[in-house]
Amino acid sequence: MTKQLIDLTVAAVERLNATHVLLRLTDAARPLPAMWPGQFVEVRVDHSATTLLRRPISINFVDQERNELWLLVHEVGNGTRALGRLVAGDTVNCLLPLGNGFTLPTTGGGRYLLVGGGVGTAPLLYYGDELRRRGCEPIFLLGARTKGDLLQLDAFKRIGRVETTTEDGSMGAKGFVTQHPMLASERFDAIATCGPKPMMVAVARYAEATGTPCEASLENRMACGLGACLCCVEDTTEGNVCVCKEGPVFNIKRLKWLNSK
Amino acid sequence: MAQLQVNIGNLSLRNPVMTASGTFGYGLEYADFVRLDRLGGIIVKGTTLRPREGNPYPRMYETAGGMLNCVGLQNKGVDYFCQEIYPQIKNLDTHVVVNVSGSSPEDYAECAARIAALDRIPAIELNISCPNVKDGGMAFGVTCEGAASVVRAVRAAYPKTLIVKLSPNVTSIADIARAVEDCGADAVSLINTLMGMAVDIERRSPVLSIATGGLSGPAVKPIALRMVWQVARAVKIPIVGLGGIMNATDAIEFLMAGATAVEIGTANFVDPAVSEKVVDGIDAWLDAHGVGDVRDIIGALKC
Ligand SMILES: Cc1cc2nc3c(=O)[nH]c(=O)nc-3n(C[C@H](O)[C@H](O)[C@H](O)COP(=O)(O)OP(=O)(O)OC[C@H]3O[C@@H](n4cnc5c(N)ncnc54)[C@H](O)[C@@H]3O)c2cc1C
Ligand SMILES: Cc1cc2nc3c(=O)[nH]c(=O)nc-3n(C[C@H](O)[C@H](O)[C@H](O)COP(=O)(O)O)c2cc1C
Ligand code: FES
Repeated sequence: MTKQLIDLTVAAVERLNATHVLLRLTDAARPLPAMWPGQFVEVRVDHSATTLLRRPISINFVDQERNELWLLVHEVGNGTRALGRLVAGDTVNCLLPLGNGFTLPTTGGGRYLLVGGGVGTAPLLYYGDELRRRGCEPIFLLGARTKGDLLQLDAFKRIGRVETTTEDGSMGAKGFVTQHPMLASERFDAIATCGPKPMMVAVARYAEATGTPCEASLENRMACGLGACLCCVEDTTEGNVCVCKEGPVFNIKRLKWLNSK
Repeated sequence: MAQLQVNIGNLSLRNPVMTASGTFGYGLEYADFVRLDRLGGIIVKGTTLRPREGNPYPRMYETAGGMLNCVGLQNKGVDYFCQEIYPQIKNLDTHVVVNVSGSSPEDYAECAARIAALDRIPAIELNISCPNVKDGGMAFGVTCEGAASVVRAVRAAYPKTLIVKLSPNVTSIADIARAVEDCGADAVSLINTLMGMAVDIERRSPVLSIATGGLSGPAVKPIALRMVWQVARAVKIPIVGLGGIMNATDAIEFLMAGATAVEIGTANFVDPAVSEKVVDGIDAWLDAHGVGDVRDIIGALKC
């Protein structure tokens, strides 16, 4: 898949809460390149004097009709805060599409559990939509600290069933995603997860215990995003591999998470 | 169109712009953004006699105007390079230079000898300056005797163009440059990364897995320029300058300070197409200033 270095235009910025924005990017001149769920973009940050390297951001959604690419940004530092200050009409230089996405089924019918925590819910929106298009049933299990941190719930609900957990119990089941009662009462054909590492490890354990295939999307720190610098490696069953190129999505069997404590 | 061709030893570069080891993979990773045949050369990832897993994650941290890395020479070894990677890159229409590292003079020499057998690799860059491995690497590059021992061993085993990459983590880089010149190096390249560190105050621990890492990027440019300038006055062999070059202006500064060619490193992460832009930018500057030949600005500082 050819990678592109393109200037996209901010079509709209939606502030979702105090620390999250949704950037809707478009290309007025031509159709966006093909992108798959789980792939990511290396975004150049132009308006932060202290930010040098690009920042990796997941593909949140691709709206084919409007020719839009959505990026969901959690403002945690100077780079992401600068992205949060973008306004409609601004230009964003993007390197895309990068990495390998989630496995896409060729036959319909399967029940897919998509488990996201925090901003890790971002790639699951596009993945769930693609699963639905292919005749599968996406079931979302989304977790956050509190109600206000659960993002894009309406968009998720348009695609499939949504279950939630919050640490303070302000919405859905109280606790972490892996404490949700549905996990005990239901079974799934496959699981995909993205979010904080402790959460993904817990989901991986559940998948292992129930014999369900499971993929996880990693967020290791990156420089090039192209497999050239070897900064982003994860220790796997095949040794150190680049998350940006071999991942960011991995079958949990390739990871060494379950052997560690 | 100015004349851009320069020579490094027996190596004739179509222009003075190369890419720095460890930042451009094997070139192919950037082929979607750069016409590789427009570059003077590509210096590929550090290669060692035996495979190396490198250091554990985290290996990278961004700092003001730069980045720290402690990749630690992860590579699959010279035989893998010869058998699996060389066939993919040997027909690129640019000079591919292999960056060689090791933990003893014998290792370096054996690795260099195996690369000497590859027709389409006209030169090696000897990395005696990697700050991120315990065994060897920078240990050789910080003393004249250490540097000389490696260069002597490799010179005896490697007949083609030999570039020696110097460490900035020394008191007098000019002394080291003279020592490697005396042992038969055809050129020196400088600088490798500066040893640095970052701290995570919440975890009360260093950020990087091995505590220290090498600093690169625009933050190091003034140091790199100063060192190129000092070395240019100390040796007769050509100098390849690098360290924080982000654009054509930066590259021209290095040429004027005495570098015959330059390498682009960290800037490739910010703009994967930057190397070709630097070629165009040098050309445009020369035209705008009525300079017909890039060689006329090399070492042309008035001071
Ligand atoms: C493949 C991939 C996909 C990602 N997708 C998204 C996304 O869709 N939306 C989103 O908001 N973020 C995403 N991230 C994380 C995002 O890249 C980082 O939050 C961002 O680089 C931080 O930059 P900054 O300049 O704002 O913060 P910095 O100043 O660099 O760091 C601020 C704080 O964030 C922490 N941090 C920085 N980078 C990371 C990281 N990679 N992982 C964990 N902690 C980090 C630092 O330790 C520090 O505490 C993704 C990361 C990867 C690798
Ligand atoms: C991620 C990374 C990996 C590197 N790997 C190597 C290497 O394998 N061998 C080497 O000689 N230099 C290596 N370097 C050093 C660069 O080639 C270069 O000397 C240094 O980064 C300074 O140039 P810059 O500021 O333009 O990046 C590496 C640098 C970075 C950032
Ligand atoms: S970020 Fe450079 S190899 Fe992954």
